[in-house]
Amino acid sequence: MNIEQQYIDLFEEQYDALCHNSTELMNAPRKEAMAHFEKQGIPKKGVERYRYTRLDDVLKVDYGVNMQCLLPKFNPYKEFECDAKGLGTDLHFLVNGVYYDKKPSDAEGVYVGSLKKFAAEHPERLRPYYNRLAAAQKDSMAEFNTAFVQDGLLLFVPRNTKVEDTIQLINILHSNVDMIIFRRILVVIEQGAEAKLLLCDHVTQQQRYFSSQVIEVFVGENAHLDIYDLEETHNLTARVNHVYVEQEGNSNVVINGTTLHNGLTRNDIYVDMIGQGANVELSGMAIADKEQHVDNHTFVRHKVPNCTSHELFKYVLDDVAVGAYSGRVLVERDAQKSYSEQSSKNLCLNSKAHMYTQPQLEIYADDVKCSHGATVGQLDEDALFYMMQRGIPKTEARMLLMFAFVSDVIDQIRIPSLQERLHHLTEQRFRGELDQCAGCALCQK
Amino acid sequence: MKEREEQNQFVKKVAEGKYKYGFTTDVETATIEKGLNEGIIRKISAIKKEPEWLLQFRLEAFRYWQTMTIPKWAHLNIPEFDLQSISYYSDPTSKKKGPESMDDVDPELIDTFNKLGIPLEEQMALSGVAIDAVMDSVSVKTTFKDTLMEKGIIFSSFSEAVREHPDLVRKYMASVVPHTDNYFAALNSAVFSDGSFVYIPKGVRCPMELSTYFRINAAETGQFERTLIVADDDSYVSYLEGCTAPQRDESQLHAAIVEIVCMDRAEVKYSTVQNWYPGDAEGKGGVYNFVTKRALCKGVSSKVSWTQVETGSAITWKYPSTILKGDNSVSEFYSVAVTNNFQQADTGSKMTHIGKNTSSTIISKGISAGKSVNSYRGLVKVTPNADGARNYSQCDSLLLGDQCGAHTFPYMDIRNETAVVEHEATTSKISEDQLFYCNQRGISTEDAVGLIVNGYAKEVLNKLPMEFAVEAQKLLAISIEGSVG
Repeated sequence: MNIEQQYIDLFEEQYDALCHNSTELMNAPRKEAMAHFEKQGIPKKGVERYRYTRLDDVLKVDYGVNMQCLLPKFNPYKEFECDAKGLGTDLHFLVNGVYYDKKPSDAEGVYVGSLKKFAAEHPERLRPYYNRLAAAQKDSMAEFNTAFVQDGLLLFVPRNTKVEDTIQLINILHSNVDMIIFRRILVVIEQGAEAKLLLCDHVTQQQRYFSSQVIEVFVGENAHLDIYDLEETHNLTARVNHVYVEQEGNSNVVINGTTLHNGLTRNDIYVDMIGQGANVELSGMAIADKEQHVDNHTFVRHKVPNCTSHELFKYVLDDVAVGAYSGRVLVERDAQKSYSEQSSKNLCLNSKAHMYTQPQLEIYADDVKCSHGATVGQLDEDALFYMMQRGIPKTEARMLLMFAFVSDVIDQIRIPSLQERLHHLTEQRFRGELDQCAGCALCQK
Repeated sequence: MKEREEQNQFVKKVAEGKYKYGFTTDVETATIEKGLNEGIIRKISAIKKEPEWLLQFRLEAFRYWQTMTIPKWAHLNIPEFDLQSISYYSDPTSKKKGPESMDDVDPELIDTFNKLGIPLEEQMALSGVAIDAVMDSVSVKTTFKDTLMEKGIIFSSFSEAVREHPDLVRKYMASVVPHTDNYFAALNSAVFSDGSFVYIPKGVRCPMELSTYFRINAAETGQFERTLIVADDDSYVSYLEGCTAPQRDESQLHAAIVEIVCMDRAEVKYSTVQNWYPGDAEGKGGVYNFVTKRALCKGVSSKVSWTQVETGSAITWKYPSTILKGDNSVSEFYSVAVTNNFQQADTGSKMTHIGKNTSSTIISKGISAGKSVNSYRGLVKVTPNADGARNYSQCDSLLLGDQCGAHTFPYMDIRNETAVVEHEATTSKISEDQLFYCNQRGISTEDAVGLIVNGYAKEVLNKLPMEFAVEAQKLLAISIEGSVG
């Protein structure tokens, strides 16, 4: 039986259970999404957007699905500490895609909490947002998520409200069997509002996981949003992550992704700029060795004049790791005075490591400034020699250079304490000391 | 200054004539019936009195082609065309046995080539260019054959080479572009009619530029020529290719193959000025140009350099590429692609690094005007054994007008840690400041745009041989004519 069929059958058999443990708003688009998934299937060879990542192998595994939305016995607030700790963040947990209950925040009108719960209480407030961007792209893997997803996180910041603390969401994958996890994150930042969201991915047991995540982001006029995404899982974990962003006029969005440890990661970031003066900054860093696979795919659409977009992606690849970056910038006919730059810089430390890079420009307006650059290379011999001459051992010198290489991606982060933490983590990672997250009770068991 | 103005005046005059190669020539032409099937292929082969192996090659390619479909990945809007409704062989010289001397060539034909600015006769001695002219499907006349023969250089039409040097042709044909390569390569391998063959023996530096001029004349025909260039050890050749077609309302198909084999320390310089009929201002007619060009740097320290100026064709689908197999081999790709009105171009280069210490350079300049779409698509591939590979790519796009599109799709596929690969691209319009500066000095906006565009393309034009560079400059000016509002 082919892979798709397993999930199609599961969907039909378990449809009632799926709906029962979710809410009407999230149940409504399920059938249509499934029909699309059925039609398109898992992206096959020859699908340009998935050119560098094959998903059929990781989906072949017989995964369990958490249909009943069960929560583990431990309390993550007590037992789990993320590596990016001590940041004074407002902490939330999704365990296997289910929101681990917490007392809602006191701030007026701001909602951070279970998507399912809020959708059940106020469906009319989320109806204009939920699944609007994801459905429009018709990506079969996002449709797959829409069909099965039952819960997730909602971040709702009303007009002219500034959320001071960084909101941190920790995704924990915790299971005794191989498991597939679906989760949804919906972010609505209304006009003039401001928020920062930090996402961390962790796994606690050496099982195979497939996590499917869809993030929909709506940023109103003059609003600011930062999303930082830190992935630290193990090499049996596959993650397909779709981020859909819609930006109104003069809004400012930063999305920064860091992949420190993973199995297979595919990040799809779509940004639609529908209001003049919007600015987006996408950046990503990956340190991959062994058989890790990191694929970042971005698509920025300049739909109106005077928008700017910046992209910076840096990879360090060792062993037989595979890295891919494909970025596309589309400047539509009326989007004059657009400014866009893409940069993809990569280090291959080994002849078996493999890097694909593909920055693309598609431009239909004439008064624009667009550029892209891509490089693949190795460490500068002269710089190494210079340092060795001054008594720095070669391994240390290499480390320093690699560290310097990725640091400008980290410098894009607008939370100083997180920046510092990431500098520390990458250094540990380069030294090979970071095989599991330090300090948390779960990992040390 | 005055000189420049005169030049601009001249360019304008030329430009007002629009597509000046749009005439047709009234020569007797033998065209076989339309359609494509095994019978037609056998017929072409029989007309050309080809040996059995070549017929088998064609049939094999045809059978393979039947299993294929038109590639859809390019950023092009390719209208449906019926491959059964064109004739695959058209011979303007068929009433004669084949030209032995100038007297044998149909005077109308000589006239045509004179109009195109390619005098086939002795005047060429002055510029020192040997020409093989291909009209519709058949090579009309090759000049200077004897002079070249003295040095052991073979420069002849493809069919003649098949007759006279079958071993050479058989050894190298399809060794770089196999019939299984792509849809249009398979089609060409099945129905190719003629083309040029060049062989430069060991240690010979070809004393003159070799040149082929292609022209589609007859209506409802397609042109499918093949060029094969073999440069043996330590040799050098510079090869030029030019193309024109008459102005017709219906579109014509051109699907060619160019193969270059470069042995130890040999160097081949291949320059193209492509000026097929681009269709009228409403986008009607024009040549569909689907060309497969590939060079193999087989020997150590060999070098292939591609230079192209693409101004014509309604649709251009063309990726001159090089396989750098020999250690220390070098390849360069310089391109200017101009699109105006409804033209569409998807062009670029592919560099495959296999040998050690190989290096490649890609410089691509796209200029789009009117309602045209111009894309750069390129691949740089470094295989695991290609230690010390080096690539530098730069593609710039210039937009003249707000209705056109300029796109860049570079692919990089790196599997070696010692490789250094760089890619840079920019897209912008002509800067207001530059225009203002020119206007201030009394240069009209139109002339200023011409100047700026020529300056922008200079890096590439400089790589062209002298005679071509002049022609290319004029072409550039004509192509962007009327695009400044």
